[in-house]
Amino acid sequence: MQNRYPGFLFREIFFRVLGINEWVSWFTLVFVSEDRFISGSFEELAMPLFDRLYNFAHWLTQNREEAEDLVQETYVKALKGFRSYQQGTNFRAWIYQILRNTFLTSRTGLKWSSVSLDEDPESQNLPVSSSTPETALLQRSDQQLVQEALGELALPYREVLLLCEFEEMSYQEMSATLAIPIGTVMSRLSRARGALRDALYKKQKC
Amino acid sequence: MACESWKEKLDAYFDGELPATDVRALNEHLAQCASCSAEGLRRVQLKRAVQAAAHKFTPDAAFRARIQKQISSSPRRTVWLPNWFAAFACATAVLVIGFIFVKFQQSRTGGQQLFGELVDQHVATLASANPVDVISTDRHTVKPWFAGKIPFTFNIPELQGTPFALIGGKVSYLRQSSGAELIFRTGHHQISVFIFQEQKLGNVAVSQNAQSALSFQVETWQQNGLRFFEVSDAGPHDLLQLRDLLKAAN
Repeated sequence: MQNRYPGFLFREIFFRVLGINEWVSWFTLVFVSEDRFISGSFEELAMPLFDRLYNFAHWLTQNREEAEDLVQETYVKALKGFRSYQQGTNFRAWIYQILRNTFLTSRTGLKWSSVSLDEDPESQNLPVSSSTPETALLQRSDQQLVQEALGELALPYREVLLLCEFEEMSYQEMSATLAIPIGTVMSRLSRARGALRDALYKKQKC
Repeated sequence: MACESWKEKLDAYFDGELPATDVRALNEHLAQCASCSAEGLRRVQLKRAVQAAAHKFTPDAAFRARIQKQISSSPRRTVWLPNWFAAFACATAVLVIGFIFVKFQQSRTGGQQLFGELVDQHVATLASANPVDVISTDRHTVKPWFAGKIPFTFNIPELQGTPFALIGGKVSYLRQSSGAELIFRTGHHQISVFIFQEQKLGNVAVSQNAQSALSFQVETWQQNGLRFFEVSDAGPHDLLQLRDLLKAAN
């Protein structure tokens, strides 16, 4: 069994040391309800991420009600699938992946999943880095401007920036969450930053 | 390395993903290159701006409570006993089983020790210049000799017409209780028969394994509150035959 809840481990160690037959240990498993331990340990892992998951969901859906539905569905799916989660692996990346996949199969998400970055005309002209004097304006960019610019970015750029800058995920974690190679994470981040810079520059000029 | 190449590494540098050797090299370059330093500053500012701006949406308390409740009250497998009660019952059962197992092990070990002591006494008898305290082949002489010396009485069978002969007897001690040791002969073999009160020996598990583990044959049985032990290098058939004679007499 992959999901080793605390009671299971206790039972395994306790009975194997005593050498009591397997049927006895399975008999006690019925009484020491595994579901109680799974539910308890899921709550301990998942609830501390609640606010951040909601924030991320809202950035994806850009709608409060949809964000709540998305988070609720994510938690339901994650709890159901918790037996398949391997303890000790990256829970955060696992649940963010569930949230993202749930979003992409939703009505709003399907619109974005049908748009590839290569088709985005703006992405063709994005510089890898920009060193024009105007970028100094970033120093004076207020939070609202940044939020607007972030919200207007293409979804793949928006989510990769949020995961890196706000969630402070490593490239490895983002690769697992987004199910893309690390090289793609790096190039997408670079383009996303360029796109955000340009968006902010345009807003500053307006 | 050209500045463009260094600038390509700036994202990974500020994301903390650059290998340590490259970090040292980039640090040295940034200390010397104003252009790359300025670019680095812009990237850090953008990073911090996004970090601050991204924290925009917070869930309301009612929604949080709803999710919390949903997780806490998720359906459980039905059990027909409360978990705490069942766990207590299982723990108690394990303790009881463990206690019985330990006691049984102690009893088995005690039985092996007892057989060992009896074998030692038999060997001492064989080696002694005075193996018995009462020398007589007559059972009517040997039996009365024990009167007053041990707290019980027993019968010695009639041995005429059997392959056995009585040599004599002496008082023996085991587990601080006194008993009788009778010495019989069959062919070239000597058989010691020890007789003790069962209750004085305590709870001792006697097993076939104990008998076969020793270099001597040991036969034991209980009769009328007495525990009989036969120890000899004679064959099992002889011991069983003498056992049957003693059982019939007692």
